[in-house]
Amino acid sequence: MARVETFYEVLRRHGVSRRSFVQFCSLTAASLGLKPAFAEELAQAMQVKPRIPVLWLHGLECTCCSESFIRSAHPLAKDVVLSLISLDYDDTIMAAAGEQAEQCLEDVRREYKGKYLLCVEGNAPLADDGVYCITGGRPFVEQLKDYAADAMAVVSWGSCASWGCVQAAKPNPTHAVPVHEIVRDKPVIKVPGCPPIAEVMTGVISYILTFDRLPELDRQGRPKMFYGQRIHDKCYRRGHFDAGQFVEAWDDDGARQGWCLYKLGCRGPTTYNACSTVRWNDGVSFPIQSGHGCIGCSEKDFWDNGPFYERLANVNLFGAEANADGWAKGAAAVVGAGMAVHAGISAVVRLRDKERHDTHLPPKGGTP
Amino acid sequence: MSTTTPNGFTLDGAGRRVVVDPITRIEGHLRIEVNVDEKNVIRNAVSTGTMWRGLEVILKGRDPRDAWAFTERICGVCTGVHALASVRSVEDALGVTIPAQANTIRNILSLALYVQDHLVHFYHLHALDWVDVVSGLKADPKATSELAQTVSPRWPKSSPGYFKDLQTRLKKFVDSGQLGPFRNGYWGHPAYKLPPEANLMATAHYLEALDFQKEIVKIQTVFGGKNPHPNWLVGGVPCSLSIDGAGGVGAINMERLNLVTSIIDQSVDFIEQVYIPDLLAVASFYKDWASLGGGLASKSLLSYGEFPQIAGDDSNKSLLLPRGAIIDGKLSELHEVDLKAQDQVQEFVTHSWFKYADETKGLHPFDGVTEPHFAVGPNTKGDPKKKLEAIDESAKYSWVKAPRWKGHAMEVGPLARMVIAYMAGNTQVKELVDGALKKLDVPITALFSTLGRTAARGLECQWAAHQLRAEHHKLIAGLKAGDSSTANVEKWDPKHWPKKCQGVGYMEAPRGALGHWIVIEDGKIQSYQAVVPTTWNGSPRDAAGKIGAYEASLLDTPMADPKQPLEILRTIHSFDPCLACAAHVVGPDDEEVTRVTVT
Repeated sequence: MARVETFYEVLRRHGVSRRSFVQFCSLTAASLGLKPAFAEELAQAMQVKPRIPVLWLHGLECTCCSESFIRSAHPLAKDVVLSLISLDYDDTIMAAAGEQAEQCLEDVRREYKGKYLLCVEGNAPLADDGVYCITGGRPFVEQLKDYAADAMAVVSWGSCASWGCVQAAKPNPTHAVPVHEIVRDKPVIKVPGCPPIAEVMTGVISYILTFDRLPELDRQGRPKMFYGQRIHDKCYRRGHFDAGQFVEAWDDDGARQGWCLYKLGCRGPTTYNACSTVRWNDGVSFPIQSGHGCIGCSEKDFWDNGPFYERLANVNLFGAEANADGWAKGAAAVVGAGMAVHAGISAVVRLRDKERHDTHLPPKGGTP
Repeated sequence: MSTTTPNGFTLDGAGRRVVVDPITRIEGHLRIEVNVDEKNVIRNAVSTGTMWRGLEVILKGRDPRDAWAFTERICGVCTGVHALASVRSVEDALGVTIPAQANTIRNILSLALYVQDHLVHFYHLHALDWVDVVSGLKADPKATSELAQTVSPRWPKSSPGYFKDLQTRLKKFVDSGQLGPFRNGYWGHPAYKLPPEANLMATAHYLEALDFQKEIVKIQTVFGGKNPHPNWLVGGVPCSLSIDGAGGVGAINMERLNLVTSIIDQSVDFIEQVYIPDLLAVASFYKDWASLGGGLASKSLLSYGEFPQIAGDDSNKSLLLPRGAIIDGKLSELHEVDLKAQDQVQEFVTHSWFKYADETKGLHPFDGVTEPHFAVGPNTKGDPKKKLEAIDESAKYSWVKAPRWKGHAMEVGPLARMVIAYMAGNTQVKELVDGALKKLDVPITALFSTLGRTAARGLECQWAAHQLRAEHHKLIAGLKAGDSSTANVEKWDPKHWPKKCQGVGYMEAPRGALGHWIVIEDGKIQSYQAVVPTTWNGSPRDAAGKIGAYEASLLDTPMADPKQPLEILRTIHSFDPCLACAAHVVGPDDEEVTRVTVT
């Protein structure tokens, strides 16, 4: 096996200067909410780490996850694909086809056994031995099992891979099932959404590369950093909800003033996602900001919790704070011990733990 | 033994079978098999869609106002096209006319998609069929700069240093042995014809386009809240317009309009300074492909028309790109298309993995039936549940149905739209097409080819970028005149709906003619059917044996090396396949999905 380049070497090879590299580390640290001192540790870690080979499989899906991924503004999708990971198989963009494409899968599995990341977009239909999705002449479910077996970990992109999504909505005619129902012996990170936000997708990938471990997951297997709070918790229209100012009909006066969309069926109060904070397409907007309620696309079985325009029952008007922390209990155990693939990681973990510990201390002298 | 199909193509399955599965750089799962003769010329072609999701089965019994969200998820590449066809079908069924400004905003959403989708197709799904990335290592950066400045004098990223830097990075990348998406590509294949300098320039633009495409879709995000999969609304659009008074930050205001203006300006620049010059430069080295890959293109073309200028009016006086059909190669005769006429759009399943009571006949979408029935023929090699070696096209062989227009297999897509608009006398389209033909010094018949299809998409992208600007101006002009209504809610409440009604929603998706047929009863979806562009183009044979556009287009193409199927990729990619779209359907009599058997 050829020596695997480190992350830093790759960046340098792509013409990134030492100065820009350090800057990149500072920004990354900042965007993860870490203190400036952490940037140095990050830089150190990244200089000794290799690029991770990634195999990106497609089952029954609509490719919205791939399309979302290439919209990423920070980091740019171009930089992720060409510099941060080695995207050795992705049938949506790869040059090779047919036998040459299949060969890529085989080669990577052989060369990087246990060391590649398997990203899955879409899911496997199980009905009738999997004939509703055939790729390379065999059922997708077989391909998924094969390449998951030797993967380091699995990323379930989007609601199809995470929950089943639209093809699994009732009556689920093809018996489509999410990835974790097929792959049971590997860590599976769910990144739900239809699609997930671009920067959430690249954020999860860069987290794994940067910290050499899976992000902390909630009990359902989602990264807590992006799926730990409800859209409603951080919605910029929350004030109107609390004030009882609701859009009553499309394009009424309330709509033109940006009032709360709860009465038109908004699922923000029950949906865990980063839409109201990270927002979409480089922060341009998110569904509620553009006048339509959230349809809850990152939630399990959201297609069958409709109709979409029927208002949610049982939403506490005030003090509804039974939030993601409830879900999160026990999540650390799910993550498990397994993800530290490189020896140089301990410093990073130590620092990260220190950061976490710090956040639990009472504020000193009143300054945050 | 060769046979001639009723639509005039000669098939000969005697020679060596070549299989390409997966076809990559497309949406979804597609398998192509061909037979080549002793000179490696393609004499038989078989297009097999290998996925089915059953979305229309899932829609049955649901709220018609929700259908756009379900159907939008048919495809995330041409995101929004199914949503638009869906809301139009419901509005048609209920008799809802949307406000003029909502119509304009829908046009803006769709045109933004055209621009982004065509651009991404050219660079990221198609370019590697023509551009040898590795050859760019041999380029002289100075000569590359001269080439870039010649084809595109106004584009700033064209200095020798720019290309030198890219080349250095490219060299290190290739030397590392970790080629990522370029791994195992067809580099050095004899069918690559570009000089190293053109390869290097195109590689630079591949990367620039990847960065830029994400800007274009922000237009959809402004009006629809996110991309992919923006939000739509039966009766109009969900966003409100508010340029005056309190609360403008909760609606489309001046800042939002300015953002859209700025993106449109950048898009026009990118298309005209990068995409079109690259397209013409690449095409000039591949003129042999102006006589290959035509298939149905010179015979049968179909467009439902798009971009209504009058809300709710889908007649050709309203549609910017006209509706019509060309058959039997008679270009000057444009046939009227009626999506509700029982004898026009029909689907056959003789060679599809579905079952009809009488498979010699086609069914109109309002009467459509979808009963999946997976069964392969006796001459199949291998087992599709383990490893399929070769499909038997004499039996059922695809998850894609075979739609026909008055019995004709049709090609749909940018080429069909451009030719139909050209023949209907659209001056903007005529100017663009004539200009490109003149620059390349090729006759109009060159359009009916692999190269023509690819060129038509680029020209349409340019047209769309300008039209996007025009629609945005119209939106602003409407606001100036005091029109800020974006939704008609008169029939929002199901209590205003008839007990039973049915409607059709048309849409010209980037990939071609798309139709949704809905039947509503007691406020619920009783039947839903989508006939999509890739169903037309990727169609298998029908009851009479007529072959579809993909299959026809591959015939008579010589391959340099059948083990390296670059020629197949070129022609198939020129259609921009979208297999998830080719998903299907439930009819009024369909109760549940039946067991699937392998014979």
